Amino acid sequence: MIEVFVFAIFAAIAIAGALVMVIGRNPVYSAIGLLTTMFSIAVFYVLQNAHFVAAVQVVIYAGAVMTLFLFVIMMIGVDKKEDTTEQIPWQRPIAIAVSVGLAAVILIAGSRAWITGRSVFGVDGINGTIEVVADALFGTWTLAFLSTIFLLTIAAVGTIAMAQYSPRRPEEES
Amino acid sequence: MDGFWLAALKVLIAFALLFNIVLVLVWVERRLVARMQNRIGPNRAGPAGMLQTLADGLKLMFKESIDPRRAQLGIYLAAPVLALIPALLIFLIIPIGAPITIGDTTYDLQVTDLNIAVLYFLAMSSIAVYAIVLAGWSSGSKYPLLGSVRAAAQMISYEAALGLALVPVILYNRTTSLAEIVAAQGGTFFGIFPAWNIVLIPSFIVFLIAGFAETNRAPFDLVEAEQELVGGYHTEYSGFRFALFFLAEYINLFNISALTVVFFLGGWHGPVFGPTFLQYLLPIFWFLLKTAAVIFVFIWARASLPRMRYDQLMEFGWKRLIPLSLVWIMVVMVAVGLRRFGLPWS
Repeated sequence: MIEVFVFAIFAAIAIAGALVMVIGRNPVYSAIGLLTTMFSIAVFYVLQNAHFVAAVQVVIYAGAVMTLFLFVIMMIGVDKKEDTTEQIPWQRPIAIAVSVGLAAVILIAGSRAWITGRSVFGVDGINGTIEVVADALFGTWTLAFLSTIFLLTIAAVGTIAMAQYSPRRPEEES
Repeated sequence: MDGFWLAALKVLIAFALLFNIVLVLVWVERRLVARMQNRIGPNRAGPAGMLQTLADGLKLMFKESIDPRRAQLGIYLAAPVLALIPALLIFLIIPIGAPITIGDTTYDLQVTDLNIAVLYFLAMSSIAVYAIVLAGWSSGSKYPLLGSVRAAAQMISYEAALGLALVPVILYNRTTSLAEIVAAQGGTFFGIFPAWNIVLIPSFIVFLIAGFAETNRAPFDLVEAEQELVGGYHTEYSGFRFALFFLAEYINLFNISALTVVFFLGGWHGPVFGPTFLQYLLPIFWFLLKTAAVIFVFIWARASLPRMRYDQLMEFGWKRLIPLSLVWIMVVMVAVGLRRFGLPWS
């Protein structure tokens, strides 16, 4: 019962945060909206007894990623007026069509089947979520996990290489 | 429902304890720094000035809280509260004493024993950044904004080091629950030295340094560097709102010291003897004594070290602390692996 109650509250907060993020005129308010949504999602994870995932969600998304966003927003200039006229005229109708389509798909799928019951890992208590996640990552899905690590490393190296690249030779700048 | 009332009582006690600790802590810091700077420090209110903090708190409560004209009022008002909440939440996972057994029930001397406590701590300390960033931005003024941009960069950088410093502890103790980390530090090495995690010396040092940066204390107090930024992120805050920031800062100082003790200095372990009630009280005493020692180091550093330059701060974080912790993680990983599985070819 309490689970439904908490879910209802945080679902509302998550949706409100998402709306603020899209509608907000000021980028800082948008960032705060997104932050609220991410935090609410962490609460959903806790409700599902996935405490480890919840903590990771807060550390990485709410903590690192959003702080970086805010930092960049502040560096670039917070109070600059944005040009909010539509650049792509057909963007709005397409966005509406896609969201209506997605909602329809979810509703149709939902009327057929919801995934319910015990978690796939077979853990219901709050203890052991780290062990279970570790088992899945380093046991069952080792190869996929390592490939992801490679992908991320390559992406990071690529980003650094592109940021460092300049047509002039490095000695010339000082 | 029993568990609910017990938890409520624990939370209440934790809060009362925390606020009293802060009252004493502020006084201790002012007196100590004064001594180190050859001054006397607060000495009028109460015995040896002990009530000075209380007096200051009351004064701040009755002062006018000014709303700057260009402030984003909603966020401006929320930021001080947002600063206090993570500070209070972190305290909830710290075990301040050995479990007490009364009758058949054992009570843990911590509000809750999360099995992901280490990650919870990192999550909460990453949330704490927002209070400072948003406070600086919403004030609608130059200096706070500069302070908060610095805070964002500094706290992200040092949080990485903070987290990496804890990985060897997790590897070594093979748990992320603070109660179990403390329990794992029972025993002794060779029968004389206490088996504390301080053997992971590089981790300990990195954690302590990153702790200075996370609490924004000297020598890493660029966020509120008075000579450059007036007061940093809280320049525009006055009255009780400022008091909340102040409170959060000192709770964070206590938290990071207490966590240093939990992670590296054996938590509440120490010689325990005497009748039953003493056996329950001594662990709390040892814990508070060790925490006080770490806090003293923090205050000592503030009184003796000059503030670092901003580029030095960043370079030190990214080019020294993080590589050092990464190398150390690998060393510990190999050592732990060898201890557990033996040599790869055997």
